[in-house]
Formats: sequence, structure tokens, C-alpha cells
Amino acid sequence: MIVYSLCFVLFMVGLYGVVTRRNMIKIVIGLAIMEISIFMFLVLIGYIQGAEAPIITGHETAVQFVDPLPQAMVLTAIVIGLATNAMLLAIAIRIYKNYGTFDIRKVNELKG
Amino acid sequence: MELLLSIILGFMIIGAIFALHARDLLSALVAFGIVGYSLVICFLLLKAPDLAIVQIVVETVTLVIMVAVILNSTREEVKDKLRWQSALTIVLALLFIGGLVYFYQVAIAPLDELGMHTTRMAEAYIEGAAEKTGSANLVTGVLFDFRGYDTLGEATILFTAAIGVLTVLRLKGKKAA
Repeated sequence: MIVYSLCFVLFMVGLYGVVTRRNMIKIVIGLAIMEISIFMFLVLIGYIQGAEAPIITGHETAVQFVDPLPQAMVLTAIVIGLATNAMLLAIAIRIYKNYGTFDIRKVNELKG
Repeated sequence: MELLLSIILGFMIIGAIFALHARDLLSALVAFGIVGYSLVICFLLLKAPDLAIVQIVVETVTLVIMVAVILNSTREEVKDKLRWQSALTIVLALLFIGGLVYFYQVAIAPLDELGMHTTRMAEAYIEGAAEKTGSANLVTGVLFDFRGYDTLGEATILFTAAIGVLTVLRLKGKKAA
């Protein structure tokens, strides 16, 4: 059970970063850390002690496979995480070009 | 196994804390790389080779994009220190943390111990998967056959994100008619 708790701690570290940092790059890093903790947690749930990776080689007899369902879902989530991170970074560099700073509290005059 | 994973997760937490506190953004990115690549090692230990391959590629691409962003702007952290404005903020933060820990306890209670998982839903996917999907890799079978529409939605999100990035980074705007 201690690994689950450590995943939760990692999630809290990412949340702390998102809430308290003022640099936009640090905020993106915090979000990525939260994503990573969730991936880790989901794959941990599907793990089975002594089981094999879910690939059929043809000459196994009675081996047990690790649960492939969380792995497939996490695979989807990883790619979506990359897309959201790229989007956030694009917005951050755009804001930097306009305001000359990554400080999120200096960006307070949002005009249309 | 659990001990090894705990040690790696401990390194990930240390790396994450350093990444959020580094004075230089480039060293923050290197510390964030610790977190991402440790996840690859964890995936390999947890018998998920597909995820390890994808995570290596994604982590590398993310780091390259972040380094490109930083080299095009500034490496310096913003100056001002964090101020704890009032006691109200601290009380609210503690209440929020307490709530999260409570819901974590509620969510964790019905779970099996690590390694004692029983496949319930995936039983139908594993049963005769090679004949049904024609794929020797069960993860690929689930991803592209049993849950193909999920993957279609993922492709839609990727396409939308690419369009969004292109729109945001476009240098010249359209002239008003």
C-alpha cells in the first residue's frame, strides 16, 4: 500500500507546484508531474505479482498476464498529456512574446 | 518489488520538489527529466514494455519542446518570494489537503494489495485475444480493436491540439476585411 501513498504524495507535490509557483514553465512542470503520478498509479493497480507482460509468444502454457486494460488506457492518456503540454507551452511562449515575462501575476491586463 | 518501486518513487518525489524550486529553469527541466525517465524504469519493472517505449518518446519530445521554449525566452526564475498573505489562506490550504487525504483514503480502501490484482473486465480481452484481434500484443489488441473508438477520440484530440498550437504560434494574423 505504501507505493499508492507515494503516488499520492507525488500528486500533491505537483498540485503544490501548480498552486504556488508564479513562473508559467514551473506550472506546466507541475501539471506534468500530476499526470505522471496518475499514470504510475493506474499501472500499479493492474500489476500482478509474478505475471508476464501481456504479449502472446505462442509457447507459454499456463502463465498469467498483467492486466492489459489499464495499460491501454494509460497509453492513450500519455499521448493526450503530450498534446496538452505542447498546447500550454505554446500559450506560454506567446504570452512571453507579448509581456516579456513568465510571471503569471504580471499578466493581468488581458485585452481582446 | 514494492521496496524497489518505493525507492524509485522517492527519487521521483525528490526530483519533482527540486524541479519546482530550482532557481534556473534549465536545471528545473533536467530535474523534471528525472521524474519522467524514472517512470520509464517503473513501467519496465511493472511489465509494461509498450508504455515504457511510448513514455521515453513522449518525455524526450516534451523536454525538447520545453528547452526550445526556454532558449527562446529566459532562463531566469521570477524574482519575488512567495508570501503567505493571511491566516485564512493557510487554513483553507490545510482544509483542502485534509479533504484530499480523506477522499484518497476512501478511494484506496477497496483496492487490492500491490500484485494481488484480479483481472475482472480484462478477462474477456485476454480470452482468445490472438484469434479475435489478430494481434499477439494484448495492449495493441485492446487499443486498436476492442476500444478502437477511444483511439479515434485520442487521434481527434491530437489533431485539435496540433491545430491549436499552429493557431497560437501563427506569426501573421488575418487582415480584417
